[in-house]
Amino acid sequence: MNEARETAIEFRRVSFRATNVHLLLSDFSLSVRRGETLVLLGRSGSGKTTTLKLINRMLEPSVGEVQVEGRSTLAWDPIRLRRSIGYVIQEAGLFPHFTVERNVGLVPQLERWSPEKVRARVREMLELVGLPPELFLSRYPRELSGGQRQRVGVARALASDPPLLLMDEPFGALDLLTRVEIQREFQALQERLKKTTVFVTHDMREALLLGTRIALLEAGKLVGVFTPDDFLRARDPIVTAYVEAFRTSDGKSNL
Amino acid sequence: MDTLHFFIKNQGQILQLTLEHLWLVGISMLLAVAVGLPLGILLTRQRALSKPVIGGANIVQTIPSLALFGFLLPVPWLGERADRLAIAALTLYALLPLIRNTYTGILGVDPGVREAALGMGMTDRQVLLQVELPLAMGVILAGVRVATVITVGVATIAAAVGAGGLGEFIFRGVAMVDNRVILAGAIPAALLALMIDMLLGLLERKLTYQQ
Repeated sequence: MNEARETAIEFRRVSFRATNVHLLLSDFSLSVRRGETLVLLGRSGSGKTTTLKLINRMLEPSVGEVQVEGRSTLAWDPIRLRRSIGYVIQEAGLFPHFTVERNVGLVPQLERWSPEKVRARVREMLELVGLPPELFLSRYPRELSGGQRQRVGVARALASDPPLLLMDEPFGALDLLTRVEIQREFQALQERLKKTTVFVTHDMREALLLGTRIALLEAGKLVGVFTPDDFLRARDPIVTAYVEAFRTSDGKSNL
Repeated sequence: MDTLHFFIKNQGQILQLTLEHLWLVGISMLLAVAVGLPLGILLTRQRALSKPVIGGANIVQTIPSLALFGFLLPVPWLGERADRLAIAALTLYALLPLIRNTYTGILGVDPGVREAALGMGMTDRQVLLQVELPLAMGVILAGVRVATVITVGVATIAAAVGAGGLGEFIFRGVAMVDNRVILAGAIPAALLALMIDMLLGLLERKLTYQQ
């Protein structure tokens, strides 16, 4: 009983096939525990993003079931489901014709919060991600740097205080320095907020830094789920290939 | 000098026919937008329909305008009054740029933005009204602009079926072999097209989100 409440998201033998093409995901089972950051790690085309989109019902499983808060995603009203899940994508997906204020306040406004409440919440969120509201509220996305855009993306995803957060390579397009900076900020933020997060990346360093656990995907199949420590010690040839690649590309690493 | 004289002497009629012309164009454009915009939006939701519908509008566009007036003549109700007939033909003519620009404008919206909108729990209607239409507005208005300018020109043919407008002068002038009379229709029509193009251009700049 207790275990059910500990599980926020569960994949039960899920396969996904896009219009008769090959399986993008096959016989995939995985539980995401409440409060953890589960990283989906894998190369391009391994099924990470597909997995993510099955959670907020941007995609529906061909076989099996995805449960969110103990309920199949198909039993959820998709709009309700999505509004209870924060969503951050690469390049942030900010609305170019909205100011930062409108972008961040979007979901609260869709949920018909009062304007004063939305305004207060937007300020609070911008402060949370380290952007002084008075400087940023009225800017447009094109007037922001890549890192600032990503911070706004995170603020927007958190604005309605959703219990779940999905992040699809959110920091992938940033330069190395900004990426490391924003990863650390996000890590600190997560330690405070403890949102259940599913985080997609192909960057092992990012996975090790941010993940409570790492789920490794390869060609639509789950290779295994590891804690960061286990990941570095694992004998699985696919895992060791990652660790090797990481060591050789990052020669001065002291791992 | 002679032409100018003619213009001044006939300014009353020039003004009247210009207003008639404007009325034909205005009503046709309102109808065309009222049909073309929703149709263009519908096509982005039912993409299988886009080929036949845009293809159909394309075919209408290739019919010589005078012939289109002729084809519509035997249609009941439409053929009964010249202005009805003219408005129907002009509306059909203006549809293609409107449908096509609405369709391509909406499909041209960054898929990442659309995905974010859906992923945040916007309904299809909200995505359309708050994201897709505002971002596609520039392309859609460009279509309105092209369609209107074309319509101002084609509307001169309406006089051939007796619907009035500046074409009256043009047809009369051709029959009389009198350039002054032709110019009395052609110059106001050209100025009208230029003015409308400018006004819609201003509107376009005002309503369009600047990258």
